[in-house]
Amino acid sequence: MYEFEFEQPSSVADAVAALKAEDALALGGGQTLLATMKQRLAAPSKLVSLSGIGEMKGVSNDGGAVSIGGATTHAAVAAGAGAYPALADMAGHIGDPAVRNRGTIGGSLANNDPSADYPAAALASGATIVTNAREIAADDFFQGMFTTALDEGEIITGVRFPVPEAANYQKFLQPASRFALVGVFVAKTGDGVRVAVTGASEEGVFRWSEAEAALNGTFSAGALEGLSVDADSMIGDMHGSKAYRAHLVGVLTKRAVAAAG
Amino acid sequence: MPKDHGIGASPKRREDVRFLTGNGNYTDDINMNGQAYVHFLRSDVAHGTINSIDTAAAAAIPGVVKIFTSVDFEAVGGVPCGWEITDRHGNAMQEPKHPILAEGKVRYVGEMIAAVIAETAEIARDAAEVIEVDISDLPAVVNMKAAVVDGSPKVHDDLTSNLCYDWGFVEENRDAVDAAIKGAAHVTTLELVNNRLIANPMEPRVCIGDYDRPAGDHTLYTTSQNPHVIRLLMGAFVLGIPEHKLRVVSPDVGGGFGTKIFHYAEEAFCTFAAKACNRPVKWTSSRSEAFMSDAHGRDHVTKIELALDADNNFVAVRTDTHANMGAYLSTFAPSVPTWLHGTLMAGNYKTPLIYINVKAVFTNTVPVDAYRGAGRPEASFQLERVIDKAAHELGVDPIALRRQNFITEFPYATPVAVEYDTGDYHATMDKLEEMADFAGFDARRAESEKNGKLRGLGVNCYIEACGIAPSNLVGQLGARAGLYESATVRVNATGGLVVMTGSHSHGQGHETAFPQVIAEMIGIDESMIEIVHGDTSTVPMGMGTYGSRSLAVGGSAMVRATEKIINKAKKIAAHLMEASDADIELKDGTFSIAGTDKSVAWGDVTLAAYVPHNYPLEDIEPGLEETAFYDPANFTYPSGAYACEVEVDPDTGKVTIQRMIAADDFGNIVNPMIVDGQVHGGLAQGIGQALLEGCVYDDDGQLLSGSYMDYAMPRADDLPFYEVDHSCQTPCTHNPLGVKGCGEAGAIGSPPSVVNAVVNALRSAGKDVTHVDMPLSPNRVWEALNG
Ligand SMILES: Cc1cc2nc3c(=O)[nH]c(=O)nc-3n(C[C@H](O)[C@H](O)[C@H](O)COP(=O)(O)OP(=O)(O)OC[C@H]3O[C@@H](n4cnc5c(N)ncnc54)[C@H](O)[C@@H]3O)c2cc1C
Repeated sequence: MYEFEFEQPSSVADAVAALKAEDALALGGGQTLLATMKQRLAAPSKLVSLSGIGEMKGVSNDGGAVSIGGATTHAAVAAGAGAYPALADMAGHIGDPAVRNRGTIGGSLANNDPSADYPAAALASGATIVTNAREIAADDFFQGMFTTALDEGEIITGVRFPVPEAANYQKFLQPASRFALVGVFVAKTGDGVRVAVTGASEEGVFRWSEAEAALNGTFSAGALEGLSVDADSMIGDMHGSKAYRAHLVGVLTKRAVAAAG
Repeated sequence: MPKDHGIGASPKRREDVRFLTGNGNYTDDINMNGQAYVHFLRSDVAHGTINSIDTAAAAAIPGVVKIFTSVDFEAVGGVPCGWEITDRHGNAMQEPKHPILAEGKVRYVGEMIAAVIAETAEIARDAAEVIEVDISDLPAVVNMKAAVVDGSPKVHDDLTSNLCYDWGFVEENRDAVDAAIKGAAHVTTLELVNNRLIANPMEPRVCIGDYDRPAGDHTLYTTSQNPHVIRLLMGAFVLGIPEHKLRVVSPDVGGGFGTKIFHYAEEAFCTFAAKACNRPVKWTSSRSEAFMSDAHGRDHVTKIELALDADNNFVAVRTDTHANMGAYLSTFAPSVPTWLHGTLMAGNYKTPLIYINVKAVFTNTVPVDAYRGAGRPEASFQLERVIDKAAHELGVDPIALRRQNFITEFPYATPVAVEYDTGDYHATMDKLEEMADFAGFDARRAESEKNGKLRGLGVNCYIEACGIAPSNLVGQLGARAGLYESATVRVNATGGLVVMTGSHSHGQGHETAFPQVIAEMIGIDESMIEIVHGDTSTVPMGMGTYGSRSLAVGGSAMVRATEKIINKAKKIAAHLMEASDADIELKDGTFSIAGTDKSVAWGDVTLAAYVPHNYPLEDIEPGLEETAFYDPANFTYPSGAYACEVEVDPDTGKVTIQRMIAADDFGNIVNPMIVDGQVHGGLAQGIGQALLEGCVYDDDGQLLSGSYMDYAMPRADDLPFYEVDHSCQTPCTHNPLGVKGCGEAGAIGSPPSVVNAVVNALRSAGKDVTHVDMPLSPNRVWEALNG
């Protein structure tokens, strides 16, 4: 790790101000950022911890939507988002207890790891990402591996998840990291079915529109029969070939639909 | 009633109190006055010519003490190899120089190019980052078979090729084996890979060099399984320091699994640099460094043929193996695919003709050496897989085929140079059948199928050679060391004992099990006995712990020394009671005269030895301290039968182990609980190899599985509740305790049954699958089902 300065503001406004310093970075739970710094692959001049900002923490349930503060830990979501069981269950299966008690929803979404779980949940749910400056629809937020619509210094202060009629997340573990080798989040909402896939694509999290169309016809695993994603655009690595990942997308989507009921 | 003390009891491990309460004393816990820290600049390319190394900017950083490159080691030897193999043609293996810091070329990702010593580890690392190394990349040699083709780039320019040796065993049998295979009624052929592994002990390697300038004494603290071996290799072959000026200390060591046997360049570096800088020098490996600098294990590619006659008797085995050595020869690397592998190819079976061919190959990868089992898992895996395949091809029951070919008479001289002293392979198989409920398997399979899963059952046997080893024999086979063990038993005046053992515990539980043996022999409480190990200044020259040898060889030395103690104590007791030595009996810590009620206590005798007022000084010396060196007459041969039941999800290829059953014969057992633990740990590593662990290099020699993000270690929920038994006991006939060793069995015995079970499951889906290479990742299993 290289030397850096540390600030722990208690309001979003102070955090935004602190992040104006050159090469400053927000610090959520540090579960990605600190490891990167220890490996000397990141060298921020200053870390602005969001953990002291009360207004960015907690889960609330207001009329059909679950709102989660940007600095809320995975463990707090697992415990507090009971109004949206598929979301709580997903959060409860991120990493291990240490990761869940430190890592935050804002950090996970801002990082947009191509194998992370939250991006699938947010995209499938049609969530709204709330920042200090604006509101961004999930459909506009994820822009490819490790890339998002966030501007420099912009902070995710909260995320609003409309609670779907039915939803389920199926995560198939990469054996070593236990991130998603492939993860599929299916949400059936009043406006239609949304299917988001993580872990699989070279482009990061994506919506599988053919599956959505088929499921809008009949919401049943059978409706997916014969559908497949294009293997060419999938990630191929030592844990899974492109063809295998494409196959898993189909299997997990069917399972998610069946489990969502 | 289970015993509550002595041999056969299961007292809790006394060392666990300090380990579990954070009071262990590991090498990294040691900090010396004035110590400086070293950071090694390691190569990030697999193969290249070093054009220049510019350290000027690094040296200018405040806090940097000194920077070393290979020029500083010109007067010093390379890292030695402890075993020389003679090839099929009678020639010595090719043995390249193994420099402390890279000389002229880098040969694997992770090889040390330069070393920075600084006031803090952070400064050392900062400085290493600004060293400018100019390297011209050369094509990397990664694939073993391509490496031995004419015209392949060479890892070592001064060798004739990348072939370290071409070993044939038993060379005289070659033609007879070929003929037997040609004339056989049936031949089963299987090509397979024994996957490359990274040991990953919980504690990464650490070393601290210290130099006492006025006395001229060197001390090395290091995470080693065998400090005396390090003292000898480093002192005599690398740095030219005589043993009496070099002390090597290995305190608590957090797991070894083989990878801490070897003498590493970092150890020599820290010892050398401590003198050069005149202050202690410490290196603590990061986990990332461990991945690319600890010796790796396994990495064999094999074709095996099993020939059978018309009655399904095994008539011949022939194998052709490529074994990866990595870029340099690690300490015992050449012995692993040869003597530790070829001599086990008879397995539990009376195959009369066997020929093993092993080509050891240099590649631009981390050196490969012994890892839990070392050579023996590779042998068992091939043999037990090919037998399973033969049973399938012949349409016979795989257990019946094994039983038909079991060796049943002992001692048994195999055609591969070793003689099994005892064993009862039907007994362990009977025990396995009893535990495993094979009869109920069909019903369990039907239940799995109802849930959309495939279910498979796999069985295998194994034999291993432990308790290494008779020194004269291994000397003939090329070992550059003896493999005896030592013990000094020091009895104190008030009756307590300290045992200095040349064995080294790095998790095995010697501090608990060894006292049980002595307590039983003397009849005193275990709490009166303390075990000391891991310091060359207190322990007589010993060879350390690996190859499941501690109790069989180190324990035997301890027994011999204790016998000497008891003999002398009896003489003292006889004197005190004015009787003849021959009439003295020792029982429950009391010496008595046979047939009388006269007795003296253990403590009276030990006190007399040190306060010899009334003492036979004319016949015996005062004091009560004895040393024994024990050189075994033979290896020991633990064996067993294992079964595994798996479920396979046909949609994803994911394998779940439902049952893992082990029936072992370890001979006599001192502490059943510790034996259970050793088997459990071995099973975890065997299942890890079978399902999860795989070290992967890309074609450029970059280590793709360089962290836990990509190298899958088994976690608790990957493993079933084990069913283990070691009630089948055929005691070893040639060591005083009748023990065989249990440390590697689980890792040797489990991979074949896991793979056999998965293949069996896939076949139940109507797929003619004959083999899937380890690790059986979901992807591979799915491909086998859909290929
Ligand atoms: C062992 C392990 C296992 C894991 N397993 C999983 C898993 O199974 N599934 C999974 O999805 N993830 C997993 N993770 C990742 C984990 O969920 C991280 O917590 C998450 O990716 C990052 O969140 P964080 O709060 O720790 O962010 P940090 O590491 O603190 O920051 C990550 C990035 O986000 C930025 N950032 C942080 N907070 C905000 C914010 N509110 N607004 C804007 N930018 C912000 C930071 O500047 C940084 O660039 C695992 C991590 C570890 C260490």
